[in-house]
Amino acid sequence: MTVGQALELVCPAGTPAALRAAVEAGAHAVYCGFNDETNARNFPGLNFSREEMAEAIAFAHRHGAKVLVALNTFPRAGAFSQWSAAVDDCARFGADAVILADLGLLEDASRRHPGLRLHLSVQAAAANADAINFYVRTFGVKRIVLPRVLTVQEIAAINREIEAETEVFIFGGLCVMAEGRCSLSSYATGKSPNMNGACSPASHVEYREEGGALVSRLGGFAIHRVAAGQPAPYPTLCKGVFEAGDYKGHVFEDPVSLDAAALIPQLAEAGVTALKIEGRQRSRAYTEAVVRSFRRALNDHAAGRPIAAGELRALTEGQQTTAGAYRKTWR
Amino acid sequence: MPSANAIPFFPTAGALALRLAPLAPLSFAAARLARSLGRRHPALFKRLGDQTGKTFLLDPTDLPFAFLLSPRPEAPGLKAVRRSSAGSWDARIAGSLAALIGLVHGAYDGDALFFSRDLVIEGDTEAVLALRNAIDNEEIDLARETAALFGPFESVALRPAHGLAALAARWTGVAFKRPERGTWE
Amino acid sequence: MTPRRWEDMVADRIFNLTLGPLQFNWSAQKFVDFYAAIADEAPVDRVVIGELVCSKRAPFYADRIPAVIERLERGGKQVILGSLALVTLERERRAARELFEQTEHEVEINDLTLMNWVRDETPFSVGPLVNVYNEATLAFLAEKGARLVCLPPELPIASVDALAKAGKGCRVGVEVWAYGRIPLAVSGRCYHARAHGLSKDSCHFVCENDPDGLATKTLDGVDFLAINGIQTLSYQFANLIGRMDRLAEAGVTHLRLSPHTGDFVAVTKVFADVAASRISAREGFALLSGANPEAAFTDGFLFGNCGAAALAPF
Repeated sequence: MTVGQALELVCPAGTPAALRAAVEAGAHAVYCGFNDETNARNFPGLNFSREEMAEAIAFAHRHGAKVLVALNTFPRAGAFSQWSAAVDDCARFGADAVILADLGLLEDASRRHPGLRLHLSVQAAAANADAINFYVRTFGVKRIVLPRVLTVQEIAAINREIEAETEVFIFGGLCVMAEGRCSLSSYATGKSPNMNGACSPASHVEYREEGGALVSRLGGFAIHRVAAGQPAPYPTLCKGVFEAGDYKGHVFEDPVSLDAAALIPQLAEAGVTALKIEGRQRSRAYTEAVVRSFRRALNDHAAGRPIAAGELRALTEGQQTTAGAYRKTWR
Repeated sequence: MPSANAIPFFPTAGALALRLAPLAPLSFAAARLARSLGRRHPALFKRLGDQTGKTFLLDPTDLPFAFLLSPRPEAPGLKAVRRSSAGSWDARIAGSLAALIGLVHGAYDGDALFFSRDLVIEGDTEAVLALRNAIDNEEIDLARETAALFGPFESVALRPAHGLAALAARWTGVAFKRPERGTWE
Repeated sequence: MTPRRWEDMVADRIFNLTLGPLQFNWSAQKFVDFYAAIADEAPVDRVVIGELVCSKRAPFYADRIPAVIERLERGGKQVILGSLALVTLERERRAARELFEQTEHEVEINDLTLMNWVRDETPFSVGPLVNVYNEATLAFLAEKGARLVCLPPELPIASVDALAKAGKGCRVGVEVWAYGRIPLAVSGRCYHARAHGLSKDSCHFVCENDPDGLATKTLDGVDFLAINGIQTLSYQFANLIGRMDRLAEAGVTHLRLSPHTGDFVAVTKVFADVAASRISAREGFALLSGANPEAAFTDGFLFGNCGAAALAPF
């Protein structure tokens, strides 16, 4: 909406240690989730107990950072109260916002916690101004995390038409499907991001050395075979190698990561409020390095200095980066 | 953060010397370290959840032996083993000693090491992930943990421990000590 | 079996049958012929028509739609206008709005963008690409005017049980994906174009060569997925012919059959016959296998441990 404001850096934290690392490295806001199915990074050993969340919010507030809690899975039929109670806890702990995707949960949260700031998760895949206006008008959503399918021009056009802030991904793993509308994981494993908060769950991943190559299988389906010395990707289906007719290769997407550092000026110009770093499943070392780098980039941008880009490649999947859908040629 | 493609290997001369070393004293020290770590970081077990029953083979590929880790809350175990007689395990985590210790210290990112093939994972992937995340949250400093073995003399032992770690780090390139983290200015 | 009029086949069965929107890129002539056969011979109650997958395909048959609708209605079918699955472009937004500017036909929304144009007094239905996972979401949509919801195909039977029960409470019919390749994902990117080394903007409409989608194998040579423009589908065909009693017990009111090549009228008749207990599920299954000998069938999302699980024998 407003052009010329300083951009907010929204950073991932899978553990309290990563949250502290992010805050100390210059995060304006940190997003995280509870250690259960209520969020879309429900991985073993990851996330926050209720007690840890309360402490983390207090820690961040003491250091002038915000905490946005992701409750961005779709509540299971018959278990809605588990998600509803998670919203209550966020309100009680003083979370700065909850990030939601489900219509029922948005309705429930907006009715019972009118003072709680609602962000629309990327899992809701609101990809145009009409969809966004529906969420803003119906639930009072204040910020939209935009799906990773839009070009910079389309983002600018959306910002001209809506009365809410937008947040876009700037770095990290890249979904090629419309987020929250993909059942590839449950097709192969029975567990999905929407229902269980995990895409390609570790419990169904198998790595095996076969003839010198690393073969990854998900739910028994071969996803890729990587020769020795070649970079290994995540075992997600959309980055797999398949055979489709005469074509053999990465049918959906190469194993690359998003790095849009070079586009920070254009995204600011397009009216974006916040830049989001993906990677709650990553270590605190990643969090620290990426947050520090992007905070420097934002400061450089604010001061009118050129932005150093590409310095984080070693941390990325496939060790290759792309500007993703922000450039139209991606499609 | 150090770049993942510049991970040092343990010097071959040192590894050769270690090949002949008896494992019993090493296992004794490792067992004590594991028990002490468990006492000092009880949250590790909570984060591991139902993965505490698993057995991990921690395999520093540049050393002539590996470690078997059994993170049982009541009796955590760590034992040095020859690869040929390691017995059964649920998950194997292999990489250079520097990579493995750098992971514990938060100097490296596990996924990045996996992408660059500096880290190899076999077996129960879920257990590996849980262990990685649980350790990452504890901000463990192995030099400090070793010093803690000296009980009431911990603070006395810490300085020489860090000094030794620094010396060893200079010799081998391995981050034996957790890197300092500055705050943003 | 002696041929019967489809009208006689509707009255006595336990489900209503919905023919979902065509997911694939068929020629205009094939499109017209398919719906003519459905109109005249298929024992289905509702027919959803309209481009679901790619707005670039629509101009090829848009001018044929009025006649197709007219014929379907003459054949006694309720015609529902279905929306696009992923609305991003200006013209797609305009088309979405226009769906609610007409009031003659019910609209099926396949993207929540359409919720922006729902009017209080207009009932609508919800397609399987909208995320309805729980009772609260179902109740919200019912309150806004939804009368029928086709559930997301990844839901397990326990969720279908709960949602069908909730649907009764808020007077919303509940439908499940009963036959055809299962929609798994949509994307901003066109995989058909990508597999042919083309860009989405100059795709040469290569998807028209694969009227049931382009089968995709794993590196181990296992049949796995099917791509269809921006859409990814299962390789297997959902087939719930053997599960009708269980679905009826859950309170499911409608079954969705998704168009494929081959004798699709025969497919609809088999479902109608089993739903009316004129033939057994086993006989129905044999007929479906005969009508589509190439197809591998699954009921994995509902009853197996994953969506790709092979159909349990019965």
